[in-house]
Amino acid sequence: MSTEVMLNEFKEISQHPYRVLSQYKQEGKKVIGVLPYYAPVELVVAAGMVPMGIWGSNSKTISMAKEYCATFYCTIAQLALEMLLDGTLDQLDGIITPTICDTLRPMSQNIRVAMSEKLPCIFLAHPQNRKPSFGLQFTMDQYNHVKAELEKISGSAITDEALREAIKVMNRNRAARREFVKLAGEHPETISAVTRSAVLRAAWFMEPVAYAQKLEALNAQLSALPVQPWKGRKVVTSGIICDNPKLLQIFDDNKIAIAADDVAHESRAIRVDAAETGDPMMALAQQFADQDYDVLLYDEHSNQNRRADYVVDLVKKSGAQGLVLFMQQFCDPEEMEYPYLKKALDDAGIPHIKLGIDQQMRDFGQASTAIQAFADVL
Amino acid sequence: MAKEVSPGVKALRKVVEDVYADARKAHAEGKLVGWSSSKFPCELAEAFDLNVMYPENQAAGIAANRDGEIMCKAAEDLGFDNDICGYARISLAYAAGKRASRKFDPETLEFIIDPSTGKPLKDENGNVVIDPETGKPKKDPKTMQPYTVLDDIYEIEALPETTEKEIAYKNFRREAIKPYRQMRMPQPDFVLCCNNICNCMTKWYENIARMRNIPLIMIDIPYNNTVDVHDTNVAYGRAQFDAAIHQLEQITGKKFDEKKFEHACENANRTAKAWLRVCDYLQYKPAPYSGFDLFNHMADVVTARGKVEAAEAFELLEQDLAEAVKNGTSTTPFPEKFRVMFEGIPCWPKLPNLFKPLKANGVNVTAVVYAPAFGFVYNNMDEMARAYYKAPNSVCIEQGVDWREGICRDNKVDGVLVHYNRSCKPWSGYMAEMQRRFTKDLGVPCAGFDGDQADPRNFNEAQYMTRVQGLVEAMEANMANKEAEGK
Ligand code: SF4
Ligand code: SF4
Repeated sequence: MSTEVMLNEFKEISQHPYRVLSQYKQEGKKVIGVLPYYAPVELVVAAGMVPMGIWGSNSKTISMAKEYCATFYCTIAQLALEMLLDGTLDQLDGIITPTICDTLRPMSQNIRVAMSEKLPCIFLAHPQNRKPSFGLQFTMDQYNHVKAELEKISGSAITDEALREAIKVMNRNRAARREFVKLAGEHPETISAVTRSAVLRAAWFMEPVAYAQKLEALNAQLSALPVQPWKGRKVVTSGIICDNPKLLQIFDDNKIAIAADDVAHESRAIRVDAAETGDPMMALAQQFADQDYDVLLYDEHSNQNRRADYVVDLVKKSGAQGLVLFMQQFCDPEEMEYPYLKKALDDAGIPHIKLGIDQQMRDFGQASTAIQAFADVL
Repeated sequence: MAKEVSPGVKALRKVVEDVYADARKAHAEGKLVGWSSSKFPCELAEAFDLNVMYPENQAAGIAANRDGEIMCKAAEDLGFDNDICGYARISLAYAAGKRASRKFDPETLEFIIDPSTGKPLKDENGNVVIDPETGKPKKDPKTMQPYTVLDDIYEIEALPETTEKEIAYKNFRREAIKPYRQMRMPQPDFVLCCNNICNCMTKWYENIARMRNIPLIMIDIPYNNTVDVHDTNVAYGRAQFDAAIHQLEQITGKKFDEKKFEHACENANRTAKAWLRVCDYLQYKPAPYSGFDLFNHMADVVTARGKVEAAEAFELLEQDLAEAVKNGTSTTPFPEKFRVMFEGIPCWPKLPNLFKPLKANGVNVTAVVYAPAFGFVYNNMDEMARAYYKAPNSVCIEQGVDWREGICRDNKVDGVLVHYNRSCKPWSGYMAEMQRRFTKDLGVPCAGFDGDQADPRNFNEAQYMTRVQGLVEAMEANMANKEAEGK
């Protein structure tokens, strides 16, 4: 299959998650919706079901969700609720609702109330003190709850073997994505910003094995390409999500390639693997404990600026000339860490821009001007 | 509002004054002073005799002193988005060294008075004195204030002090910082964070730890989806208490004093119980005081619940209230026509504006959510861990509704006024559903308004007035219906 054909397939899936969902249902599979952040999809896979990431929508408008939500909440959470209310996600067999930020806390309740007659909601509260033994234990307690709820939906028990197998699958899936991120940074002439995003976005909708296979094939072709000199600029992207093709088109139009990312929807989600040996539940708990450098997670060494230093390092290693921060409107965790990110970037002499975005943005004129101006200073 | 202050209220005020004064003294003596989130288990710090200050209480005080906006803006200039909770913004600006100060002339070292401040001058008969030149009321010079400006203690400390003039200037600039206690709180040597009320706390306190390069003790209380707190949650909380004790031992170089801890727990329980009994006085019809007063007394529960003085002061207030009920008096400065629950934290910078239409319509606040939310009562460490899981914003919607409907019933409210608090995402995030439940379960009307606890820019007075009016009309109609049914 040619690279182009493969890329188009990813694009199709990325643009039409609803079709993918319907197809799984037609095949008789059960599908579990997974809200951000850090839900153990391995458990869903081990239960023989398909995990489907829900990260809002770039085409919907908040309307029914207003019944539950004041205006000052991020569109990611509000549009997830919107899609649950308007029937878009009616085919799901269950949904996992993590609660790691102050928006997702009450949203877990709204979703459970709104879906009480429609959909089993699986509650998940991660610990912040996740590294000490008591934190690992609490993560396991929570994951065991998720496991039990998933078993109710699937109708069969999740064995340790199945979970270990699922861990392998997800490790493979993440490894392929990490490799792709690297290759995309090296081959911007082949992988545009728009395409890069589509490939990574498709990961949240496709069955993990099928996705990994497809992506490995694509990676093989990309690594066979000769490295060509890139005439444009390179940046690192940061933030919760930036998967709007119209917004990313501006990057392509200005020859700005994405060398690497610190984005929750992309690399933050795939940095850490789980151990493939030993107790699989403990492996998942340890995996969560090892997540780091994240605006959403407590840092035991909080008097240092580790997260921002990590991002600065990422920019330097990736060969990018600057950083673009996509600031989701009303996302206080990301906003809270901006001053120290800015400080570290400034100290390192790395230029950056902060672009305020949300998923209901339809006019990108302002963003376009800002990105162009930024390209000029790089 | 109430002119005469009862002994209980006086005692409560003194308790908070003392907490601040003790911390200033400790700081001056080179002792450690910590900053703590309001629902961190204070019992632990008490066991080490530590002086602890409470940024949320401080931020509320700064906002009530009308300096919320200048401090919020200072935080925004540091890069913190105006979307972030106002308490956090005020506190982060303060931690960075920013202060609301009084403008002065650097040459003469005299304050520069803002002509728009001050109250009208009154003569010996209490009549307003008119300025013959302008025909307008004269201002009482004693009540006029200098312009408010932003200053920075670290900038001040970096100033040279070689010449006499330099020294005088530096000292004056230090002293120009507004003299109320919340603006003179010592900087922290360590921070105690418990995120049961919100996860915003986590990064807020991390930022402080980073700014000041100080240790942070983190007690993480994950959000709950059930009314019962699971044993696994208790175990997690409990283990963190032990870890926190260990960290405190390292910070202070002292051993954990079990006796002192038990004593603090006794006090905390005694305070909590007295607080709950004080809250229960709002059940009387008419109520002997207004729920708005409870907001003020919250300062004691937050800053001193582990101290015997707080328990005693609440017990004293209880006596005052018993007396008031016996005599049929109330500190509410108007006859009580309607009783409502006020949902959320008040808009501190706009208290008079909040109060105005309530007073005009005879609406007394006889229920506030803080009443049950602060009554941590327990018998041992495990129960204590369980208790700290039951904070506002850490409980599921069923528990939240149950708390509120409980006090609405007990305190016989006719309606609910809901503050959609722009600062507090975890709190406001399920209020719409709660409102529906209040109306369905209690048959009372609800009205919501947009505001903010600390940033005055987010309060829309016109909208508030309309919403209160609407609520009053709905309550009137409800009452009329009930009367008609009764006949
Ligand atoms: S975008 Fe921010 S506020 Fe919204 S769900 Fe994600 S972390 Fe929470
Ligand atoms: S609970 Fe709400 S108001 Fe209090 S600090 Fe957290 S976000 Fe701010």
